Amino acid sequence: MMPLVHLRSVVSLIGGFPALAGVDFDARAGEVVLITGPNGAGKTTLLRVIAGLAPVLRGEVMVEGRDVVADRTAARRSLALVAHDTFCYDDLTARENLRFAARASGRDRAAADAALERCGLTRQARVTHGGLSAGQRRRLALGVALVREPTLWLLDEPHAGLDAHGRALLDDIVTGAAGSGGTVVLASHELGLARPLATREVTLAGGRVTSSTDAPGPTDPRPSTTPGDGRDAGGTGSAGGPAKPSERERAR
Amino acid sequence: MSVLADAGLVAAKDLRIEARSRVTLAQVLPFGIIVLLLFAFALDPDRGRLAAVAPGLFWVAVMLAALLAIGRSFAIEQLHGARDGLRLSGIDGAAVFLGKAAAIAAQLAVLEVLLGLGVAALYGVDVTSVVVLVAAGMAATAGLAATGTLFGVLAAGLRLRETLLPLLLLPVITPVMLGATRAFESGLGGDPAEGWPWIALLGAFAGLYLAVGVLAFGSLWEDA
Repeated sequence: MMPLVHLRSVVSLIGGFPALAGVDFDARAGEVVLITGPNGAGKTTLLRVIAGLAPVLRGEVMVEGRDVVADRTAARRSLALVAHDTFCYDDLTARENLRFAARASGRDRAAADAALERCGLTRQARVTHGGLSAGQRRRLALGVALVREPTLWLLDEPHAGLDAHGRALLDDIVTGAAGSGGTVVLASHELGLARPLATREVTLAGGRVTSSTDAPGPTDPRPSTTPGDGRDAGGTGSAGGPAKPSERERAR
Repeated sequence: MSVLADAGLVAAKDLRIEARSRVTLAQVLPFGIIVLLLFAFALDPDRGRLAAVAPGLFWVAVMLAALLAIGRSFAIEQLHGARDGLRLSGIDGAAVFLGKAAAIAAQLAVLEVLLGLGVAALYGVDVTSVVVLVAAGMAATAGLAATGTLFGVLAAGLRLRETLLPLLLLPVITPVMLGATRAFESGLGGDPAEGWPWIALLGAFAGLYLAVGVLAFGSLWEDA
């Protein structure tokens, strides 16, 4: 069976420099692949190449059997990217940003409102993106990805800037996506937070894959919270607060 | 969704952002009015000469304001990687082009009405055909918006985009400036019948650049 993500001998130049220098990479349905490596290893470029946002000089990039280079629009329909940027408009409110993302992806307002609630931003629905805190913006970025209902999640340093509730939401999304047959490719430096989620760990260095090892994956259903207080707790601990069934649990 | 529905979504988004940020109202419109005032001071007290050059001055003011509006249309896509989000959304490049052009055209139309009132008040022009003025205004606005959107995306990815956009755009829109000025001359004190060939030229120009934009914008949007 064709992997959901399939890269062969991919070379990508960023600013004339080979950010990816012949990468072979596969990710299958149900996998959570953690991409690690030092700064400049090519992690972000790898995710952007899969999303069709970075140039591909040579090689093959397929998502769900579709060629990302030749047919970007079709290949992108099944994926969502959460990156350093939020992909939101400063002068639109949280709700408006989500509704625009939903309609652009062929979803309805209800999907946007559900994502708003799930991200714990209901109270900030009328606040513009420019008026949200950094952590709230990160949650909104997760919401923008959620409304797309992707089968492939591409997450670039997703834990950065998230409080405990945000991290719980993120963990819930990752385990839920993998549990329902989706695929998550996650690039992170925060290994303590990312490793417990991964089923495989791939290391990049100098634009090449240097190792690929299986990981135990999520062991226990982690307690999940409703991130609804609308404030950034700013803590660094694990998810706390009232528990509700995670997506993973519901998928069982 | 269809291309037109997606275009409507993009246009509504851009206009909502404009309505909230009020850049056109607060910065571009005053800029256009200042241009008209400066010319009025420079040519005063020869009121007759002012009326004679009013069509050209009006379209120069519109053109300068259009450069700001076009730059703004792509600047909002640069912040927070919004452009990447729009590319990932699956909206076809042609729909983005039509939506952005429609939003720019709507803003220019409002500007033209307000600047037109300013011209009438400052320059003492004599309107002989409102129909010619409206038709010329619509065709020229469509042409400006289409070319502006097409060249705006070319400049958007470049470091020197603020200075590059006028350099790229101004030579291309020369036919629009010429046709619109001549058509307005016929509608402001001239023979209205003489305006229609120029309006036809403006319409053809707009049609050409709308077609080129629909076909080419997607590649430029992805690769710029």
